[in-house]
Amino acid sequence: MTSKTDTLEVHSSTDIVLIRQAVRKWTAELGFSLVDQTKMITAASELARNALEYGGGGEVRFEQLEKSGRRGLRLTFEDHGPGIPDIEQALTDGFTTGQGMGLGLSGSRRLVNEFEIASTVGEGTRVTITRWK
Amino acid sequence: MERIPILRMGPFLLVTIQVDLHDRLVVTFQDDLTEQISRTGARGVLIDISALDMVDSFMGRMIANIAGMSRILDAETVVVGMRPAVAITLVELGLALPGVRTALDVEKGMELLRASRGLRLGKEEDGDLED
Ligand SMILES: Nc1ncnc2c1ncn2[C@@H]1O[C@H](COP(=O)(O)OP(=O)(O)O)[C@@H](O)[C@H]1O
Ligand SMILES: [Mg+2]
Repeated sequence: MTSKTDTLEVHSSTDIVLIRQAVRKWTAELGFSLVDQTKMITAASELARNALEYGGGGEVRFEQLEKSGRRGLRLTFEDHGPGIPDIEQALTDGFTTGQGMGLGLSGSRRLVNEFEIASTVGEGTRVTITRWK
Repeated sequence: MERIPILRMGPFLLVTIQVDLHDRLVVTFQDDLTEQISRTGARGVLIDISALDMVDSFMGRMIANIAGMSRILDAETVVVGMRPAVAITLVELGLALPGVRTALDVEKGMELLRASRGLRLGKEEDGDLED
């Protein structure tokens, strides 16, 4: 069940900072431990940067979840950029088509409990991450 | 324009990162620091990140770049004050920082730099140990 939602834009590096701050606030409200807050913020920072750098900008949807007594935060990053031709390759540690360290997708997957990616070449990319308390 | 201050501390440079870094700032900072290292002949760089509540791969790359550039200019980089939650997250993210040493605080970082400078001088005296 979703009890609270919000959507933030990803169009500049300032937006990435704002998204990090918002994730801090939401995870703190949910009672996440400091380490878990940091993990979710770091994953969000990576995915927001990808949406900005590779997707040409997009948005992130925040959802506070509640499932059989457990609470969590789900973030969905969506852009209408070029898409990812080979998702498995993109999810490999160290793979980058830019100047990055190639750890954004693979690393953020390790930092969360649930990770889903859907991408269509020419249409865009959507990455959903969830972390439970 | 907003800038990250770089302080001189004897033979070393101290950089305290306090602001939530955005990309343009990072680029300017790298240029500033390289310029300062070559101008002052600093032998070590301390990067204090105790104010940062998270480090992502973008900042990680910045730190790795600084370490790499410093090494070329014969200075060593020590990252000081990394928060435990940040360190744990970095490991899981998969971000190892090769060539970057860490210390608990600025004082410990200075000790580390002094010691390793001393060692290196010792090495230079001993012709057999040169790398
Ligand atoms: N939203 C996106 N749109 C298009 N391509 C993407 C997107 N996100 C990631 N990619 C591709 O996947 C690669 C790996 O991404 P990532 O793991 O974040 O590493 P990095 O950002 O360092 O390149 C990128 O280099 C890029 O080619
Ligand atoms: Mg990335």
